[in-house]
Amino acid sequence: MQKHIVTAFEDDLKALSHNISKMGGLAEEQLAMAIRALETNDFELAKKTIAADKAIDKLELDIEESAILLIAKRQPMALDLRRVIVTIRISSDLERIGDLAKNIAKRVIAIDGQTPKSLVSGFHAMSELAQKLLKDVLDAFASEDVDKAIHVWRKDEDLDALYNSIFRELLTYMMEDTRNISFCTHLLFGAKNIERIGDHATNIAENIHYMVTGDLLTEERPKSDNTSTSKFDFDESVDI
Amino acid sequence: MSVQKTGVPMAEKIISSEIGKFISRNVDVYYGDKQALFGIDIDIMENKVTSLIGPSGCGKSTFLRCLNRMNDVIDICRMEGKISLDGQDIYADEIDVVELRARVGMVFQKPNPFPKSIYENIVYGPRIHGMIENKTDADEIVETSLKRAGLWNEVKDRLTSPGTGLSGGQQQRLCIARAIAVNPEVILMDEPCSALDPIATAIIEELIDELKENYTIVIVTHSMQQAARVSQKTAFFHLGKIIEFGDTDQIFTNPSNQQTQDYITGRYG
Repeated sequence: MQKHIVTAFEDDLKALSHNISKMGGLAEEQLAMAIRALETNDFELAKKTIAADKAIDKLELDIEESAILLIAKRQPMALDLRRVIVTIRISSDLERIGDLAKNIAKRVIAIDGQTPKSLVSGFHAMSELAQKLLKDVLDAFASEDVDKAIHVWRKDEDLDALYNSIFRELLTYMMEDTRNISFCTHLLFGAKNIERIGDHATNIAENIHYMVTGDLLTEERPKSDNTSTSKFDFDESVDI
Repeated sequence: MSVQKTGVPMAEKIISSEIGKFISRNVDVYYGDKQALFGIDIDIMENKVTSLIGPSGCGKSTFLRCLNRMNDVIDICRMEGKISLDGQDIYADEIDVVELRARVGMVFQKPNPFPKSIYENIVYGPRIHGMIENKTDADEIVETSLKRAGLWNEVKDRLTSPGTGLSGGQQQRLCIARAIAVNPEVILMDEPCSALDPIATAIIEELIDELKENYTIVIVTHSMQQAARVSQKTAFFHLGKIIEFGDTDQIFTNPSNQQTQDYITGRYG
């Protein structure tokens, strides 16, 4: 790809991409901290995680502002136009990822280390996958690698499946003992947050596809989260 | 980077269910020994605005001037290939060039009203084409042409003052009114806004949008934004060839050709 005749235009576009990478790095870090706080029952780290969200929010505003300014000043076309629009969209996905991580951190105190052993590994697997998807999709953005983005887009299905099994397990705990309901609900929201982070990663993947090819990903994405339609049948359940 | 897609072959793109008002096939143009256009194939659709874009010297104006045989007046200019208007070869021997230019009007980069009154600027063409029999005819043509060009309200009280006394934007609209006066089917515009300020440009663009209801318009422009705003079809010329021709919406968001992409994003050169 040739460079722009106007160097400042080239610089503006680079600055936008750079800020997305920076924001992505912060979001990754925030997610990792939230998960670690949950797994180690570390209240201090949870508080730090909550505070860290401010930096991500600020970057989103910065990106939005420079993107708007760039459109007004340079009237980007074709690939450049797609790049700017996609930057705005991705920054909003990353901001949401930050919020979701912050929300997990908030629940650490309420859960207070009551996570049953069998669930800890499930949670661990889920958060590892979410972190990997986020990392891969950010790499795909930086290298404009459509194949990698599509891979993330497909992989989200696995995250859904993990969420599904955690959802079922948590239900069982809640049925076993009503005193479990409080922390289980928090854990359920936590798991849901991680699952949502995966959805945002797939949004980013779709946007990378659009940015590079100019076409929207129209194919139906593979899904295996069916918790929104599942019912729990009391008769078949364990004794209460 | 995998931006460039395997482009649809040009021939497939041009041949559609619609039939072009103008059909250009394999048009080569030479200025003396120098070839300026190479095998231009394009269909210009009726009641649509087609913009021709490309860097200076790419041949877009040369091609525009082929459409009403303006190049005939240049001695060293020679054309090969075929251009038809409504199926009729416009370079055939029996074609009356004066009549052709009445059907295919033209507006130039620099407003060039005749050094006469506004009224005379409008009636000049219709008069030589025998469209005016009496004063009533003339008055009517002046009023409808100026109204269509969106200039009537601004000049109706000073039709006898010189056309050259108007502002640049008004002069350009006067030239459009003058082109419209002979009831053309096609209007060719060669950078009609490049000498105008943004407000006058916006007024002309608004006018182009209205005019396409009744006329087929081909516009050469150096402003990418203008091409994106006013046209439905865009052809990108480079070194005398059409590199890409397609729907304007697609050309400016997702061009198939890398050269087009480089040019419209300001990477050309």
